[in-house]
Amino acid sequence: MTAQTLKSRIADIIIWILLLALTLSCLVPLLNLVAISFSDNAAASANLVSIFPVNPTLSSYDKLLSDSQFWRSFMISVERVGLGLLVNMTLMILTAYPLSKSPRQFRGQKVYMNIVIFAMLFSGGLIPTFMVVKELHLLDSIWSLILPGAVPIGNVILLMNAFRGVPKSLEEAATIDGASQWTILMRIFLPVVLPTLATVMLFTIVGHWNDYFGALVYINKTSNYPLQTYIQQLSVEVQNITDPEKLMELAKISDRTLNAAKIVVSTLPLLMIYPFMQKYFVSGIVVGSVKE
Amino acid sequence: MKNKKDQAAFHFMMLPGMIFLIIFSFIPMFGIVMAFQNYIPAKGISGSHWVGLDNFRFMLQIPDSKQIFANTIVIAVWKIIAGTLVSIIFALLLNEVRVRFAKRFMQTIVYLPNFLSWAILATVVMNIFSYEGPINAFLGWFGIDPILFMASNKWFRPMLILTDVWKGFGYGSIIYLASLTSIDPGQYEAASIDGANRWKQLWYITLPGMLPTIILVTTLNLPNVLNAGFDQIFNLYNPLVYQTADIIDTYVYRVGLVERQYSLGTAVGLLRSVVGIVLILSANKLAQKLTDYRIF
Repeated sequence: MTAQTLKSRIADIIIWILLLALTLSCLVPLLNLVAISFSDNAAASANLVSIFPVNPTLSSYDKLLSDSQFWRSFMISVERVGLGLLVNMTLMILTAYPLSKSPRQFRGQKVYMNIVIFAMLFSGGLIPTFMVVKELHLLDSIWSLILPGAVPIGNVILLMNAFRGVPKSLEEAATIDGASQWTILMRIFLPVVLPTLATVMLFTIVGHWNDYFGALVYINKTSNYPLQTYIQQLSVEVQNITDPEKLMELAKISDRTLNAAKIVVSTLPLLMIYPFMQKYFVSGIVVGSVKE
Repeated sequence: MKNKKDQAAFHFMMLPGMIFLIIFSFIPMFGIVMAFQNYIPAKGISGSHWVGLDNFRFMLQIPDSKQIFANTIVIAVWKIIAGTLVSIIFALLLNEVRVRFAKRFMQTIVYLPNFLSWAILATVVMNIFSYEGPINAFLGWFGIDPILFMASNKWFRPMLILTDVWKGFGYGSIIYLASLTSIDPGQYEAASIDGANRWKQLWYITLPGMLPTIILVTTLNLPNVLNAGFDQIFNLYNPLVYQTADIIDTYVYRVGLVERQYSLGTAVGLLRSVVGIVLILSANKLAQKLTDYRIF
């Protein structure tokens, strides 16, 4: 019996060590970045910063405050998330609701469903989509970042499954009271699927905030880049140099603390909503994937 | 009367979504004809010459294409295997923790990297793997010469896989943790009365309990063998490692949009989506057969 408990103790210790290692592997690189942003440039360039700032200073944040391009990009990202959220949520709800009905209740459900599935499975690809956006004269406009992905089909399907889980009796009762489908959707279905709604909403926010590629393809003026594209461009210079020695040289002279500060500030909005979203996306993933 | 009104409402609700799908999903599908043309932007689709399957023939001839298809599949398969394993192991380890606060804290931390973009994480990764970065400093303790991870065809790929697993394992573990909580605690009680130690409980109760979820997730991952991760590679690679890191998606972007070889880019993209559809449909069928689950 005691041998058993001893073995179990050792197992516990090993489990904790492994867990801590995995958790720290996620935490330390991010803390390192924060520490670099608060350190002075000399220490950062010499790779002396671990998870605590060396010669703590706010100078990089000072510099960042006067970087007008950064804040312009920041505001473009904020605008994009706002507009994108409005467009995506409206279309997601309006599309998912009729699709959640049985073909008996909504004649045509099958046809629409096939169209949506087909659009999910097959696409013209990057280049033809680019040309359509160009033909519509959307290049260089914020709408080029929002409209091509206006109907996020994966989220539509998630929401559709949530609508299907709403008890039939609720809808029947409302129908007897003479409610229209619009009223039933707004007053009954939406409140019931609120957790799923929150999940897809948070996915939408994160998706728009994190996207850098859309602007890379559709926006020509660098001054109109959203935040992530702006950040992404910081490392492009370094990437396109193929000579390893030059690469190291450039890494040395580049303003590492300022870049770190830019990254920290551009991650803050996400970190602020993250604690609130956690419980929703966990249940959202479980509901959306385990059960039918 | 009532029903007619409902039908009208449903169609009306579908309308805006359909308009956007037609414009941005279905109209671009016609652009696929470029793959069968020698497309010249000034002449447009209607004015460009038809060349039949020439683009595809050319694609199969150039050494690049074998390389990028091989790279794509090798990188993707390794990512799926390593990612699944680490997610399962993390879920199993976390499941043994009874301290609620610690459990929640660790979960919050490991889910986080998944929500940061590669545009951001690329800087983090480059810091860590740089010539004078912490990994090389660590290797230095053991007398190993510093390695140029970012510029080495030998090391770039393992680094891609490692950092991808790092970003995604926490998020990937959510579904396994959920499947663990649904295992009946009575089974463990019965087993421990019968004298089964923790290892035996893991082997005979926990793993079998997780198996359906593991099978399901693995099946649904099948279409991803063509998805080696554009965002990550695009943000981390450079011409020095094209040989081992260039995948279909990065190639289409570079050749198609940057070098403006529209026809070739479209042809490569088309081949990728056709194979992709076959994989998705197979995964859907397979999942239905094995676990009664349907994606659609």
